[in-house]
Formats: sequence, structure tokens, C-alpha cells
Amino acid sequence: MDRKKQYLEGVRDGIPIGLGYFAVSFSLGILAKNVGLTPLQAAVMSLLNNASAGEYMGLTVMAAGGTYGGMALAMLITNARYLLMSCAMSQRMDPDMPFYHRLLMAFDITDELFGITIARPGYLSPWYMYGGMTPAIPGWMIGTALGTLAGSVLPLRVVSAFSVALYGMFIAIFIPPAREDRVIAALVALAFVSSWGLSVLPLTAALSEGTRTILLTVVLSAGAAALFPRKEDAEP
Amino acid sequence: MRIYGYILVMAGVSYLIRALPVTVLRKPIQSRFIRSFLYYVPYVTLAVMTFPAILHATQSPLSGAAALVVGVVAAWLGADLFKTAVGCCAVVFLLEFFMG
Repeated sequence: MDRKKQYLEGVRDGIPIGLGYFAVSFSLGILAKNVGLTPLQAAVMSLLNNASAGEYMGLTVMAAGGTYGGMALAMLITNARYLLMSCAMSQRMDPDMPFYHRLLMAFDITDELFGITIARPGYLSPWYMYGGMTPAIPGWMIGTALGTLAGSVLPLRVVSAFSVALYGMFIAIFIPPAREDRVIAALVALAFVSSWGLSVLPLTAALSEGTRTILLTVVLSAGAAALFPRKEDAEP
Repeated sequence: MRIYGYILVMAGVSYLIRALPVTVLRKPIQSRFIRSFLYYVPYVTLAVMTFPAILHATQSPLSGAAALVVGVVAAWLGADLFKTAVGCCAVVFLLEFFMG
């Protein structure tokens, strides 16, 4: 498939991501304002970070007046899942692809863009990912800035409806393979149950959502890899 | 200016986390276990992040649950990312509209 077609398909799939980001980053902007950031600072933060949980955590550290070292550690923990996603992406990249694409694609490895990019068959297309980034980056940045500026201008009902767009996309990524592969179907069911379990059990409910996500991802994926290793011909 | 210092630390660490694996791991990993592990990671991560979070994303857990059901059915029947996402949003908007 040529670059232009890949790019345009990326833009198409990136539009719901951008809309969802806009709604979610709005609430991030409100928090940023409370911590004392100007709209410009909030926009720069979102442009350079592209991480919901990470930015929430970052604002918490700022509010507490933490050290730069503490900030770095907080980012490492809340964003550790991107390390796993980046590892997974490295295995799907064409060895002949120019190196700068790796540097550019890495900039916006988010849950959503990783999800849509890795769901495509064959080698990852940098152009598809750039297409996804085109509505996603401004959506995230502008939403944060407007949230800082205006507080809640959108009616609560609209924010509520927007905010499930992200989950709808997650569902559209893991359901089709779950339909084809019983191991993935069982993993998804197990992930739902254990994720709910950890969120209500007293010991684990105190952990942040990001930490619980990392914990479950590592344990469940390792278990599945040990019990049901993939056949080599299943690789692209 | 301290805020920009914080922002730069955040951005630097976040970028390194994202860029190191894709730039360092240039060759295919040989271990079948690790390859399988990395294959399962995205689906598990997304499933963990979806539930129970979707129940708390909306004004009422009921509309969140409805969005989950609609999303799963739509994706199962072959709807793409955009259609599934729009379906989830629509059911939440309609339900919360009628629930007031």
C-alpha cells in the first residue's frame, strides 16, 4: 500500500482518537489550572508528553513541589507500559525502514495509537502512524489548553459521552482477535475479572491505576506466553 | 520557570521510555517466550484498561456498562474503530439523556 493511502487511513482512524483525547485532556487542563499552569504551559506539557496517566501524575508531583528526580521516577512508573509497547513495536518494524522513522514514531506511542498501529497486518507503516498522530496530537494539546482556559464549557453530558470513545476503540482492537483466537478471548475475560478484582481488593486498590495495569499486563501476558507460546509462522 | 523544568523532565523521561526499545532492538528477538509475551501484551493492556474503568468514565455506571456491551457486540460483528467508538458514545448520550 502506498504512503498516501496509509496516511489517510491513519487520519481516519485517528479522528475518534483526537475527539476522545480532546474530551479527556479537557479535564487534565482543569487540573493543570489548579496546580498553577498557564494555558501555554499546559499546551506545551501535553504536546511533549502525550500521556494521560503520566501527566496527571506529573501535575501531582508539581503540586507537591517534588524534586526533579522524584518527577523522573514518577514518569518511569506511570509510563512503563510504553516501554513494553515500544518493545512490541520494535519486533514489527521493517529492518530496511530509515532510522529516523523509529525516532518519530516513538514520540507518540500512546495506548490508542499503539493499539491502532499494531492491529494492522504486516510491518508497521510509519505513514499510518503519522496519519493517526495528525488529529491526535492537536486534539490532546488543544483540549488541555482549553480546559486550563475555560474550565468546563462543554456540558457534562457531552463530556460523559465523549469519554467512552477511547474505551470503544480499545474494545474494537481486542475483540476481533479474541473472536479468532480462544487464548486471546480467555485472556481478555481474565483481564477484565482480575482488573476489577485488583481495583476492589483492599491491598491492591491503593496502588495507582497505572501500576495495576503494568502488574496485570506482565503477569497475564507472561502466563499466556508460557502456557500458549505462539507458533513461529504466526509472525508477519 | 520551575514549571518548565518539570515539563522538560517529564517529556525527557517519557520520550526515552518510548524511544529506547524501538531504537535499540533492531533485530528480531529469538526467544519464543519473549515473542509470545510481546504478542499478548497489547491485548491484555487494553482489556485491563477498559474494565472496570469504563464504568467510572460516565456519569452513571449503567451507561458505561451499556457502552461496553454495545462496543463488544459491534466489534464482534465487524465494526471498525470509528463505528465502534461512535456506537459507544451514542448509547451513553442517549441513555443519560433519558435518565436525565
